[in-house]
Amino acid sequence: MSEAERNWQRVAGDLRAIVDTRFVIDDRETLRPYECDGLSVYREMPRLVVIPDSVDEVCAVMAYCHRAHIPVVVRGAGTSLCAGAMPHADGIVLSMAKFTRIIEVDPASRLARVECGVRNLAISEAAAPHGLYYAPDPSSQIACTIGGNVAENSGGVHCLKYGLTVHNVLQATLVSVEGEQLTVGGEGLDSCGLDLMALLTGSEGLLGVVTEVTVKLLPRPPVARVVLGAFDDVERAGEAVSGIIGAGIIPAGLEMMDHLAIVAAEDYVHAGYPVDAQALLLCELDGSEAEVDEATRRVAELLQAQGAASVRVSQSDAERELLWKGRKCAFPAIGRISPDYYCMDGTIPRHQLAVVLREMRRMSEQFGLRVANVFHAGDGNLHPLILFDESVPGELQQAEAFGAAILELCVKVGGCITGEHGVGMEKIRQVPLQFTEAELTQLGLIKLAFDADELLNPGKGIPILRRCQEYRSLERQAAPAATAT
Amino acid sequence: MADRSTELLERVRQAIAANTPLRLTGNDSKGFMGRPATGEILSTAEHAGLIEYEPTELVVAVRSGTTLAELSERLDQHGQCLGSEPPDFGGATVGGTLACNQSGPARPWLGSVRDHVLGLRLVNGRGEHLHFGGRVMKNVAGYDVSRLQAGAMGTLGLITEVTLRVFPLPEHQATAVLEVDADQALGIMSEESAKGGPLSGACWVDGHLYLRFSGLAAAVAERLRRRGGEALQGDDRFWSDLREQQLEFFSGNEPLWRISCRSAAEHAGGGAWLLDWGGAQRWLRSARPWPELQALAEGMGGQLSLYRGGERGGEVLHPPTTAQKRLHLALKQAFDPQGLFNPGRLYSWM
Repeated sequence: MSEAERNWQRVAGDLRAIVDTRFVIDDRETLRPYECDGLSVYREMPRLVVIPDSVDEVCAVMAYCHRAHIPVVVRGAGTSLCAGAMPHADGIVLSMAKFTRIIEVDPASRLARVECGVRNLAISEAAAPHGLYYAPDPSSQIACTIGGNVAENSGGVHCLKYGLTVHNVLQATLVSVEGEQLTVGGEGLDSCGLDLMALLTGSEGLLGVVTEVTVKLLPRPPVARVVLGAFDDVERAGEAVSGIIGAGIIPAGLEMMDHLAIVAAEDYVHAGYPVDAQALLLCELDGSEAEVDEATRRVAELLQAQGAASVRVSQSDAERELLWKGRKCAFPAIGRISPDYYCMDGTIPRHQLAVVLREMRRMSEQFGLRVANVFHAGDGNLHPLILFDESVPGELQQAEAFGAAILELCVKVGGCITGEHGVGMEKIRQVPLQFTEAELTQLGLIKLAFDADELLNPGKGIPILRRCQEYRSLERQAAPAATAT
Repeated sequence: MADRSTELLERVRQAIAANTPLRLTGNDSKGFMGRPATGEILSTAEHAGLIEYEPTELVVAVRSGTTLAELSERLDQHGQCLGSEPPDFGGATVGGTLACNQSGPARPWLGSVRDHVLGLRLVNGRGEHLHFGGRVMKNVAGYDVSRLQAGAMGTLGLITEVTLRVFPLPEHQATAVLEVDADQALGIMSEESAKGGPLSGACWVDGHLYLRFSGLAAAVAERLRRRGGEALQGDDRFWSDLREQQLEFFSGNEPLWRISCRSAAEHAGGGAWLLDWGGAQRWLRSARPWPELQALAEGMGGQLSLYRGGERGGEVLHPPTTAQKRLHLALKQAFDPQGLFNPGRLYSWM
């Protein structure tokens, strides 16, 4: 047994004094499922997996790891698409799998307090008897947890009208890297002092461990209808999107699919999509009967006027769900026509859509790989799916290079490298495309303000430039008054 | 209406070199808020103007000294508005509105300026002009430095540009007035909020509950009919007086307290109250001492602040815990290591 192995055996023993011994995992077979998240091309075995049962245990584990200088990767359901939950080779995974309690649903104030491991959809299910729901609906919502949603600022298909996670969370309980518990945000809409809740949302587990979240609940709209528009060219479809928004309509969802995605989805779920179309728009309108009637009529007219080859309005909830099903199953549908696919997540200003899609077609030829596009058109969030075959030597690398080129393109046209999936391990090399060195330094200093020893999810989210630690120690010496507590 | 960013950056660099504290301001419309600021005045008022406006993208970028009045006029031409309905207070700028995180009556339904900020540029305490966020709705690369500025009152940096998400102007608006007491009002506000739809204002003051509906004409008419109550003629005036704190309730010198709490928290009584945001924001005029009101706010699941008047030399915001305070100081250090931006404006110790 090596020195390192003996050391980890001792750590496991110490942690077993904090957490139920069965929930400190150190045998390779049981560790194996933790080696990756939803982006399985990135893998690493952790030294230990620890599954605490209470906030006190989380505090004790964090305090221990902090003292022992052990990296900690926090894990929810492991549905991350950016290797955000990939373990650290010399650290532990802190699984929040036992934090599944819905503490409170307050229908009068329309909020719910839940533990971090509660699944996104479970919140809406708990709120349903009161006619309420939790709005952000990432496509992994049956599995992903609210803690992970906060870490990634998850979106979904209804963001344009109902916002992202950051717009729908009020308060969180946080355990700091030192093992101290604190509350950020509040139960009201605005909070006093610095907006730590906003900073925490989307911070990818780099600033602390979220153990509890208070979310807003919204009234379930009584009526929802989908208008489908099929177009012979993508540019027209893009103009139709601008037309709808320019007319003062904020749809609940506004999605676009390109030809390859349409064909794959239709083949899979038989939603009745026109397979000869170059682009498909799905526009969902919700609200009261009166609102939806009026908005549906206007959108259908607008799509006609913008040159849609065909327009279809859902006549029942069953039909609406079927039309959505094709979109929601687009990823698995693509999975049927290609051995592997790589899902990208850039955001662009909508008016650049045609330019970006044209350029992507050119790159598709250049890299020799097909690409299908599903697009949250309302908010400019693009999900190109690059089709490849991992068993063909070099194709994975080619797909990654293609993906990187797409992200570069997104930034070039005024967009960003990730709309809702996060940076994680996957896009860390692309972060400098979006930020200058001074900006990266500022981001790094925020990280160090929470986690000076870089123990939380190290190597992800933000590349920490060496000058950050230098600044920090120099400036603390120069201005000791500002750091006194 | 010019780009004065070079000049502003230079002023900050000089202050850093000379270790001179700066009092950052726009048109000083919110000088009454927070704690009194000290330092050499540095104003963004001249650094104004629209940078980019793309109505169909629902996005506008402006220099921080642009007034809300100028911006609203431009948005109005395209049938759009700032959803958060921030107060003007006689010349508010976009930068100041974000720094103070000010929103009006529509906030629970359309969101706050904090919710709508997509990106910004700011000068930090190292004299660097930095850009965070962007011009798109969804962007999760890097920490959300833009939203961190909301409510920071300029303590982390000088905001020079702000990009905001904008909203279509509602086609129609109408207000119902009901004569009810505060407890009944909270019940009705909760009921109406649970229906969703076109509700865009819910305020109780002086024995009257005002419910505003905005949206498509047919939907507004239907909701108003179902709700009943008297329709308020010229209702714009009421909502703008509420937003600008021009209602009778806000007059006089008695300290004005704000409690941000669970919307359906029980009414506390005992004093002059105005309940806004469907109950989530409650205003109190009272000379009662801080500890008593803090306990009251905490009982409502809320946070207390002394919004206007009263003793402003002490703390004016709900006190943070030791752990929260430590993070505040660490972040201040990360942005402004010499402690030059608006020292003491947010808290005496920061």
